[in-house]
Amino acid sequence: MTEALAYLAAAVLCVPLAKRLGLGSVLGYLIAGALIGPWGFGFIQNIDSAQHLAEFGVVLMLFVIGLELEPKRLMAMKRDVFGGGTLQVALCGALLMGGLLAMGWGWKGALVAGFALALSSTAIAVATMNERNFMPTPTGQTAFSILLFQDIAAIPLLAIVPLLGVAAAASSEPGWMGAAKAFGAIAAVIVIGRYLTRPLLRVIAATGLREVFTAFALLLVIGIAELMVLSGLSMGLGAFLAGVLLAGSEYRHALETDIEPFKGLLLGLFFIAVGMAIDFGLLINAPVKVIVLVLAYLVVKVVALWGVARVMGVSHRQRLLFAFLISQGGEFAFVVFGAARMAGVLDPAAAGLLTLVVALSMATTPLLLIAHDAWMARAECAQGGKPDPDVIDEKDAPVIIAGFGRFGQIVGRLLIANGVRTVVLDHDPDQIEMLRRFGNKVFYGDATRLDLIEAAGAKEARLLVNAIDDVEDNLALTDLVREHFPNLKIVARARNVSHYVQLKQRGIDIVERESFEAALNAGRRALEALGHEPYRAAEMANLFRRHNIKNLDAMVPAFADEERLVSVAKAGREELEAQFARDRAEFEHLHPGRGWAPEAEREAAPAADREAAAGGEVPAERQ
Amino acid sequence: MILLIHAHPYPSHSRGCRALLGAVREVPGLEVRSLYDLYPTFDIDVPAEQAALARAALIVWLHPTYWYSVPGLMKHWFDVVLTRGWAYGKGGDALAGKPCLWATTTGGQPATYAPDGLHRLPFDDYHAPVEMTARFCGMQWLAPFVLHGAHSVSETELAAAAQAFRARIAAHAKDSDA
Repeated sequence: MTEALAYLAAAVLCVPLAKRLGLGSVLGYLIAGALIGPWGFGFIQNIDSAQHLAEFGVVLMLFVIGLELEPKRLMAMKRDVFGGGTLQVALCGALLMGGLLAMGWGWKGALVAGFALALSSTAIAVATMNERNFMPTPTGQTAFSILLFQDIAAIPLLAIVPLLGVAAAASSEPGWMGAAKAFGAIAAVIVIGRYLTRPLLRVIAATGLREVFTAFALLLVIGIAELMVLSGLSMGLGAFLAGVLLAGSEYRHALETDIEPFKGLLLGLFFIAVGMAIDFGLLINAPVKVIVLVLAYLVVKVVALWGVARVMGVSHRQRLLFAFLISQGGEFAFVVFGAARMAGVLDPAAAGLLTLVVALSMATTPLLLIAHDAWMARAECAQGGKPDPDVIDEKDAPVIIAGFGRFGQIVGRLLIANGVRTVVLDHDPDQIEMLRRFGNKVFYGDATRLDLIEAAGAKEARLLVNAIDDVEDNLALTDLVREHFPNLKIVARARNVSHYVQLKQRGIDIVERESFEAALNAGRRALEALGHEPYRAAEMANLFRRHNIKNLDAMVPAFADEERLVSVAKAGREELEAQFARDRAEFEHLHPGRGWAPEAEREAAPAADREAAAGGEVPAERQ
Repeated sequence: MILLIHAHPYPSHSRGCRALLGAVREVPGLEVRSLYDLYPTFDIDVPAEQAALARAALIVWLHPTYWYSVPGLMKHWFDVVLTRGWAYGKGGDALAGKPCLWATTTGGQPATYAPDGLHRLPFDDYHAPVEMTARFCGMQWLAPFVLHGAHSVSETELAAAAQAFRARIAAHAKDSDA
């Protein structure tokens, strides 16, 4: 119980703090682990049990990733997984093995350690990519493909360790037996995932017992993980496979939401365990040696990964980011070092040293990424800061579009199609590569940074389209522009009502809620489908829009005061109902057929004249 | 207050209307409502329009002539703003007695509005629908202000027309002050 207290308290303290300081949550967990571990305050002495439990964090993570990845997409990735993955493991492994040989290691130790070090940490890389919303980008997918291959590559690596050992033949069974078991296990996972799970889930879901569903989801993943262990395969790989098989099922989202909190907590525990495992005694005894080894390890890996990125067609500006993301040693290395020590392939001192190097390399990843961001920012600034001779003409001054996703793209395409020169800021350069080819300035990076928007030409720009989807970033950019470029006009995208109000409170006149017009159109079409005449439906939608915007703007000053807000909103709703009632009454009253003029006159007059004089045929609400 | 309802879909491409509007914009007590700027999607705010009309001592309609009539949005404005019970019919006396000055520009030369001309009828004959709209609402119909050949008149003629237009409006401005 006190252990749980230490874990949770350390996480709750360190993670938000690290995030706040821009270090990312992974580093926060690592620091929390180092603090409570045997070398910190020593709250936790026995770290093995925590490590064992924490492994399931990685397993659950891979299951969830699998759930999000349909088999079709996985098939499309196979070139990256097997081509890129083989290249990465072979290149990094060979280089690292060579390095160890040069340091005077024996070939067996160098072989096992070199290839173990070639692997990266799926946990750290994926958690970091998720935090940066980097997973869906092509570069993120390439990185993930390689991580996936590493999970497969770890299996033969673990298998050869006993064969090399002095305490050889730890396993008495022949090779074909192992292979048969592996195939059997994978076949079992496919049968379970594809044919057994869905009917079972249906039965359990029908009982309506939510916690049983959750228990079953956990049982499924843990059961598959154990099956994998029994057959000598990677737990994570099995869970991933099960996830992929369930990706197309109707229970996908339910499984995901149920597993998610366990995944998050256990993954956090995993990072804490890594932090606790850092042997600071070893570091204090030989600091120079350890630091040089860590640096050498990272340099070799980053250079090799940069080359891999090049071969795999990662865009020029993202190669370094790619290399940094998977530069660290992986959790599999710990397992391999442990097995190698037992088999006598590595002596205990070497295994301890390597474990420390891998743990420290994990801690460097968030730091490398911070350095990368700063460096990119400077590079962008230097590139964009150059005076551009054709910006002088006022009419030619650019429109800056911040955020080029679903929303910004439509705005941008309309402007570009009309010959407006635009500067696009986005953090996904692959998406905007096309724009660049058409001669537009495209800046990769975080649009909430002053140097970047300055480089984009905020000083002379005519307009800023703030199309960032994240509310916090969107407002941060708004504030930045208000403060530093008060004359720059802003067209802003609002995600929702509270965002709309916050933008209005900052004095932004042109704010469009991202889904309002689309939803209003859907409402109009619904009225049409219910039998209203199309133009009448459009009038109702127009009335709604006008009322809604008026009411929303009335809320702006009251927004901080929740009680007043509720009353304003309530009054608005009642007013809208009253207005529609009035509108309906007037429409009925003035409906053609109960015309304005005596019947005879109507008949006598030519149709066009009648329409012209019948000013009241289309009613409208009065004051 | 003088209310000028201006309806031109592309004001910056206008020659005649722009000159006329430019000449009167600074007249004290004049309020301009440019319909195509206010309602580019044709979604007219009827209460706002009616409130402006209610405040006006003189109502001016300024627009280019399209197809012998008003531009589409101006017609739509007639349809939705001049409602029964407000502008006409029982209790509809909001506009009663207010003077209405119709100002329009055409592309054709005066000579084309003649029995042997392109448009067959004198331009006066085309006044009827607009005039009757105003009269039906009880408004006092003033002599219309028409500028023909808006694309082709010389700068001097255009300036003279603009000054004449200004004089007519200014005369009313003085009246309404008094």
